[in-house]
Amino acid sequence: MAPISLLDRREFLKTSAAGGAALLVGFHLLARASSDPAEEQEKPPVNPLNAWVRITPDNKVTLVLGKSEMGQGVMTSLPMILAEELCVDWKQVKIEQAPTNPKIYDLGTGGSGSVAGSWLPLRQAGAAAREMLIAAAAKKWEVTPDTCKVQNGYVVHGHPERSFRYGELVAEAALLPVPNLREVPLKSASEFTLVGHDVHRVDSASKADGTARFGIDSRVPGMLYAVIARCPVFYGKVASFDATKAKSVPGVRDVIQIETSGRGASTTGGVAVVAENSWAAIQGRQALQVKWHEGAAASESTEELRKQFVANASKPGKVVRNEGAADAALSSAHKKVEAVYELPFAAHVCMEPMNCTVHILEDHAEAWVPTQGPQWAQSVIAEIAKLPPEKVIVHTTMLGGGFGRRYQADFVMESAQVAKATGKPVMVLWTREDDMQHDFYRPASYHKLQGALDSNGQLVAWKHFQTSTSIAAKWREKGSEQPEDGEFGTGATIPYATPNIRIEYTLAHSSAPRAWWRSVEHSSSGFVMESLIDELAQAAGQDPLAFRLQLIGDSRKIPQFGGGPNDPPLDTSRLKAVLQLAADKSGWGKTLPKGEGRGIAGFFSFDSYVAAVVEVSASPKEILVKRIVCGVDCGRPVNPNGVRAQVESAAIYALTATVKDAITVERGRIVQANFNDYEMVRMNEAPPIEVHLVLSDEKPTGIGEPTVPVIAPAICNAIFAATGKRLRRLPIRAEDLT
Amino acid sequence: MATTFTLNGKSTTVEVDPQMPLLWVLRDTLNMTGTKFGCGMALCGACTVHINGEASRSCITPVSSVAGKKITTIEGLSADGSHPVQKAWIEEDVPQCGYCQSGQIMSAVALLAKKSSPTDADIDDAMSGNICRCGTYQRIRKAIHRAAAAQTAK
Repeated sequence: MAPISLLDRREFLKTSAAGGAALLVGFHLLARASSDPAEEQEKPPVNPLNAWVRITPDNKVTLVLGKSEMGQGVMTSLPMILAEELCVDWKQVKIEQAPTNPKIYDLGTGGSGSVAGSWLPLRQAGAAAREMLIAAAAKKWEVTPDTCKVQNGYVVHGHPERSFRYGELVAEAALLPVPNLREVPLKSASEFTLVGHDVHRVDSASKADGTARFGIDSRVPGMLYAVIARCPVFYGKVASFDATKAKSVPGVRDVIQIETSGRGASTTGGVAVVAENSWAAIQGRQALQVKWHEGAAASESTEELRKQFVANASKPGKVVRNEGAADAALSSAHKKVEAVYELPFAAHVCMEPMNCTVHILEDHAEAWVPTQGPQWAQSVIAEIAKLPPEKVIVHTTMLGGGFGRRYQADFVMESAQVAKATGKPVMVLWTREDDMQHDFYRPASYHKLQGALDSNGQLVAWKHFQTSTSIAAKWREKGSEQPEDGEFGTGATIPYATPNIRIEYTLAHSSAPRAWWRSVEHSSSGFVMESLIDELAQAAGQDPLAFRLQLIGDSRKIPQFGGGPNDPPLDTSRLKAVLQLAADKSGWGKTLPKGEGRGIAGFFSFDSYVAAVVEVSASPKEILVKRIVCGVDCGRPVNPNGVRAQVESAAIYALTATVKDAITVERGRIVQANFNDYEMVRMNEAPPIEVHLVLSDEKPTGIGEPTVPVIAPAICNAIFAATGKRLRRLPIRAEDLT
Repeated sequence: MATTFTLNGKSTTVEVDPQMPLLWVLRDTLNMTGTKFGCGMALCGACTVHINGEASRSCITPVSSVAGKKITTIEGLSADGSHPVQKAWIEEDVPQCGYCQSGQIMSAVALLAKKSSPTDADIDDAMSGNICRCGTYQRIRKAIHRAAAAQTAK
């Protein structure tokens, strides 16, 4: 990956509606910290007392949330940062979702970057608002601001103490000049009363009494509900349809063909059945008769894709990274391990199926969207409605899961198309089958890894060949650069010291849509790296933890391979610390009963460090994951309670992908359709998860995703410890255990 | 066709297709959106309501089959979120995205009505029909134990 200019990130929202390269580049950087001073200076000063903080004369404080709440807890953690610097009573604040105004807000939510990227800007905004309130009070008292201090929503001064409520000052404060954000005084960590403390989620009550409004709960007077028949084969098109029977279903109002779009959002097109309620729309679609042009993809299958993988792996790939002479070192090595690892397509499966409600009027449009990308949604709707973007009001609702799926705008575009055709407010609702069969899947990949040890057990070569159905290849314009660079993520930054590294990539063809699935390329990179290192430990006859710590070696900072100037290096001491933490807390080294085993894995991604120790009991018929112990360093945890919840969540998400089903393709269509054939881990299979945080003063880094990459390898390594069986193909199948 | 049932203590009559699942009657006809659509096949539990006190999947329950019956939804659990199970959910910070939690809570309440001090195995049995994609299972388990303790202490 070449260094990416910061311009790309800001250009994202302008250019993403046109699709292509900017989209991909934009996504990866979108969530990164915008702490580059040069970038901040270019932005016009935003008055924090309008944009981020609203205070009424009676001291009611509203904090604005500029990201989407999809379960990851930003509705709590981000306002906490503002409240900390503003010095207001957390129990009294209200939180409001930001409007879609790209001049002020960077609403895109993903890449585990919300807290990491907002940490400094929100501290500065909160501190600037506080300083403006102090300045207003000082003016009234005719004293200097440095003689005033703040306390829980008041500015106070002197002996005997006098005070103003923030609410008494806000009208004047808002008119004062905005302080230079780079110079505004920030609290020291020792002064924090909220940040770093366990805080309850602010959205629990509404999610425990059914009042939380998700996209699917949007209700607009006169609205209709639509369900769309889409070609089951990737990129198939409508040949003809007969709506007679569909229209005879009571409650069905209309049947409309909508066009495929590759612009802005990648949609399949299809035939929409519009009805008075969701049930009628679903019934209408069942009655609808559609003939499809299935197109060229109809011959694709998982079996055929695997043949491509095997053929690709028999030839060298394009060199992504080459240092030293890995092939020579491998051929003369004392010990050599070669292993092939395979990962399938994976679906996001948000519990709330995709949906979007749009109402297009003559001079403006309004939409209710459970989206990770409200600005992208706005531009997509604007284009369909032929309105300027600022005339499209996007209400970001609660998201019933995101995991990357809700960064796409396909469901938004379809809804805009149907709304445009009907002239009425319309919700396009996806059924579970639609959601599972028309996802943008985690790529399927096939990896050949080779590692070599010298007679002292030192790693003398690391070689990683990957062939996959890359995400970039799905999104880049035809004829643009090859996509191999980004397909390894931090898997190309090897923490294990070795002089000889070679990484190669070959693109495999598939029409299945691909995009960002929780932890993106790290879900495969973590699995293969932490599996091979375990195999090498076995070859060396060493304990897997001791072997890792020894190979990581001295404390040093390794630049992220292909990283940009703002990407922090991999700090080996932090990686070793989380491995040791997870090991210590799990009782690593203590004897387990026969048939049980412990496995370990550690990985650096999203600028965070996570290690897991998993305990399993395994028999030829079943695996029981008994316990997961995680050591985590994500910098300073803003809300440790929320951090632990994200680690628990990512562990279960990854467990499902490790032990449940694969998404497979036959005749150009996805085979799995609902929870009966694409199963999820449930209560009876969910192990206890212990999360141990490193107390860090480093700036916060990602936490929604970086636990995902370590779970599969820790499980497979534990199964090896329990049974002696090495599992190299995900998900784990019973036949692989015998 | 008219169907009459008792919904959260109130007699309710709807004029809909008798085959229409209760889920959609609640959500689209009555605008009570706390009960969620997840799979349409009784596989995920997001649509769980109580029918005559039994945890039931409303997505496969034709409205005609609940004529004369007592239905409780998440909205009917308490007027102010004060049901011990709801309070336990908040205290343990169970919800993440929260989409499945109405169904989880309705299953948990039904469990506690039958077993005031459920074991982990009881929780596995009663709750394994409810999927949580955010993986909040361990907090759900803790919250059920907490609610059980709170109810027993009363």
